Amino acid sequence: MADYKYTPADFKSDQEVRWCPGCGNHAILNAVQRALPVIADETDTPHNLFTFVSGIGCSSRFIYYMKTFGFHSVHGRANAVATGVKVANPKLAVWVCSGDGDSLAIGGNHFIHAIRRNVDLNMILFNNEIYGLTKGQYSPTTKLGKITKTSPYGTVEKPFNPGELVIGAKGTFFARSVDMEVNLSKDCMVAAAKHHGMSVIEILQNCVIFNDKTHALYAGDKATRLEHTITLKHGEKMLFGANKDKGLVFENMKLKVVTIGEDGYTLDDILVHDAHEKDTTLHMMLAAMKYPDYPVALGVIRSVAEPNVYDQAVEKQCEEVKAKSKIHCVDDLLHSGEIWEVE
Amino acid sequence: MDKKSVHEVKDVVIRFSGDSGDGMQLTGTLFSDTSALFGNGTSTFPDYPAEIRAPQGTVAGVSGFQVHFGDSRQMNPGDYCDVLVAMNPAALKANRKWLKPSATVILDGDSVTEEHLKKAGFKTTDIVSELNLDGYNLIVPDITSMTREALKDSGLDNKGIVKCKNMFALGICFWMFDRPEEHAFQYLEAKFNKKNPAIAEANKKAIRAGYDYAANTHQFANTYTVAPAPRKKGTYRSISGNVATAWGLIAASEKAHLPLFCGSYPITPATVVLEELAKRKELNVKTVQAEDEIAGICTAIGASYAGNFAVTSTSGPGLSLKSEALGLAVMLELPLVVVDVQRGGPSTGLPTKTEQSDLMQALYGRNGECPVAIVAASSPSDCFHYAFEAGRIAMEHMVPTILLSDGFIANGSEPWKIPSMSEYPEIKPPIVDDAPEGGFMPYVRNEKLARGWAFPGKKGLEHRIGGLEKDAVKGNISHDPDNHQKMVKFRAAKVAKIADYLPKQEVYGDEEGDLLVVGWGGTRGHLQTAVDQLREEGKKISLCHFNYINPLPHGVHDIFKKFKKIVVCELNEGQFANYLRQQFQEFQYEQCNKCQGLPFTVVELKEKFESLLK
Repeated sequence: MADYKYTPADFKSDQEVRWCPGCGNHAILNAVQRALPVIADETDTPHNLFTFVSGIGCSSRFIYYMKTFGFHSVHGRANAVATGVKVANPKLAVWVCSGDGDSLAIGGNHFIHAIRRNVDLNMILFNNEIYGLTKGQYSPTTKLGKITKTSPYGTVEKPFNPGELVIGAKGTFFARSVDMEVNLSKDCMVAAAKHHGMSVIEILQNCVIFNDKTHALYAGDKATRLEHTITLKHGEKMLFGANKDKGLVFENMKLKVVTIGEDGYTLDDILVHDAHEKDTTLHMMLAAMKYPDYPVALGVIRSVAEPNVYDQAVEKQCEEVKAKSKIHCVDDLLHSGEIWEVE
Repeated sequence: MDKKSVHEVKDVVIRFSGDSGDGMQLTGTLFSDTSALFGNGTSTFPDYPAEIRAPQGTVAGVSGFQVHFGDSRQMNPGDYCDVLVAMNPAALKANRKWLKPSATVILDGDSVTEEHLKKAGFKTTDIVSELNLDGYNLIVPDITSMTREALKDSGLDNKGIVKCKNMFALGICFWMFDRPEEHAFQYLEAKFNKKNPAIAEANKKAIRAGYDYAANTHQFANTYTVAPAPRKKGTYRSISGNVATAWGLIAASEKAHLPLFCGSYPITPATVVLEELAKRKELNVKTVQAEDEIAGICTAIGASYAGNFAVTSTSGPGLSLKSEALGLAVMLELPLVVVDVQRGGPSTGLPTKTEQSDLMQALYGRNGECPVAIVAASSPSDCFHYAFEAGRIAMEHMVPTILLSDGFIANGSEPWKIPSMSEYPEIKPPIVDDAPEGGFMPYVRNEKLARGWAFPGKKGLEHRIGGLEKDAVKGNISHDPDNHQKMVKFRAAKVAKIADYLPKQEVYGDEEGDLLVVGWGGTRGHLQTAVDQLREEGKKISLCHFNYINPLPHGVHDIFKKFKKIVVCELNEGQFANYLRQQFQEFQYEQCNKCQGLPFTVVELKEKFESLLK
């Protein structure tokens, strides 16, 4: 614990926030500004080390509203830019703000490779299942059949589930929250900041203008969330429902929703969440759970210690070579190898 | 040894050629480095196919390496060769057009089989009349079988032994030109001893066997000596353009006291720049081999924002992919060097062949009014200097800078008098350490019109930048019409102002005359040789060669106006000529263009200049 006592106001810029009234982004901004003082304190990070990088889209305007170092890059490239920032200066606490269009379509390549390399970035993936800033075209996470401006008869392509993509790309940290669940989002961000390596937090976000209520059936209001989402906590039983009477069991190589006291299931049958398990099987199944068959998993689904963190590995290798090499400056380099004198 | 007759000659061109797996690049490099160490002036030209192991024995699969060495500085690798080493009939056929009259041709006799002749597209077995080789000195030693015989006790299998035949051919050439073997021996030991000393031993033995064979047969009655070139006192090394580029960038990083970051993606013929930088971790160089060209430049821009001297290396197709991000760097006004080692285009084009056709792309290939600085290197060794300059301009003027190289100078090598870093200036970027009163304003400019560079992590300097148009002072997003107009003009004026910090444009030769040859980038060696030869004949011809492309240096108009005619020579269809037409409309420009994936030849340049001088 350090003595950095900041308040959310220390992270608010003087710029007017210009998202639509009712947009889920306001709540996400609120969560971040509440998370950073906690993170600063618990990870010993002063204000001046926080650096936010974004791509293009509604989500990516985020950086202008933060009173930190901020870099609004080009469409899809936030993860590549952030990789460069972090490798150049591993001391920085680098955060990436990006959306489903930005990081899963045009920037899909950078997204999976940043995850594969395990660069120590904290990424907030705003998933509203639509292109908002271009006014309502379907994205790679838009539900099959959805009518949008570019799919007037409904989409005919299946969406990505970001969690599956993260885990498939060898992700070491994946969490999910809902825009309105500010406290849960904040907790996920604090956990992400403490994780060494790439952390992805998917936030189910509502676009009030172009894709209103896309998450409503499972995450619309508090009561719905209680019945149709499950907030996972490491070391705790996978229980959900207003009365905490429903839970997940593993049967026939699949997850199954059961009610305690029905069909002979007891509390002992319910799975205990192990976010630290290296094996991806169960995490993948949890991330993939879909309404209406399953509750949608929230919280930290996967958080696995992986010693190979890219930016640190790059730095370490430089130090190792430096310690062994006879070349200490450019003059040495120019005179290395075969040279000859002319008298 | 009984040398029948020893001729002293001023310069010689040897071309080694064979299948792309025959080791011709190594053979040529060893011969060239040996000659450089011996004191000759050298210049080399690797000419190889895009495929790694193209179909064996076919003309398309021929890989060549030309070495020009002589008793003075060699400005180019030579148009035509005195000696052609051909490891098979296809190599002979592919290079027939590059023979000087009465040149010596050494063809591996074992390769003259029906199968090889057929693959190479010969209609008969009579190579001499089919290729019209009467009057040439054709020697057909059985190189493969003699190598096999010499290495029968080497412990290598047949495949391993046959692989050494290139060294046998090298041995023959060492005899012909009285070259010492030591350098090649040392190289082979260093390369193979760890892996398998038997391979090093076999290769050395093959060189010796080739040498002895040439000494003992009467076929090589003539041997030649080439005296060392008179050179300025100093320490020398051999260097290729791509390595020199990487080193020049490292030098700029050292002089700016900032770590070097290279985000890059492999692409022919630029890959060696990334490979060389990846080796140099001891000199504060970090490299990221990115997932694509776009990530290459974007990681570099991120690193530049974070306070590293950032570079990305590529070739034409990669520059196309980087365009949008390059525009971002222009908008952010961050230092960045983009190395473009040009190759034949458009599209995938001719990946292993040289061209200068990315000039317009470098100048204009982005959306919006988007000026960048452009510098072009003109020889393998001066890639070092111009890479340094690109770094200096980028960092001191806070502007993305493109360094144009090309496949010809990137792969070619030449002896280089090693400079001392004390000769190079400090690079002083406008780094901001403390917030001024009233807070840090990211777009406040200095006398160079460069904005301040404030690294994340520095207390009190928190600020936001991005690709949206920004307020001319505060850097906040601004859609104000007048502000946009102002920023467009600022970005252009900043690049134009660089000219005040460049050396004045020079002319080579007399300051006035009948014909001014204008060139830029990698054609310098050929242009200067042609101009030198015509000047020796008394022609009033001079050369004005450009290394700074955008902005152009001061003094151009005063040079141009003193010549009756101007001819702009370039390996494209007239891109620099059109650029000059835009910049200096008062002059008429003749053009000399070539798009064959090959450098100019001195012969064709002289013909063109002579016709213009008539």
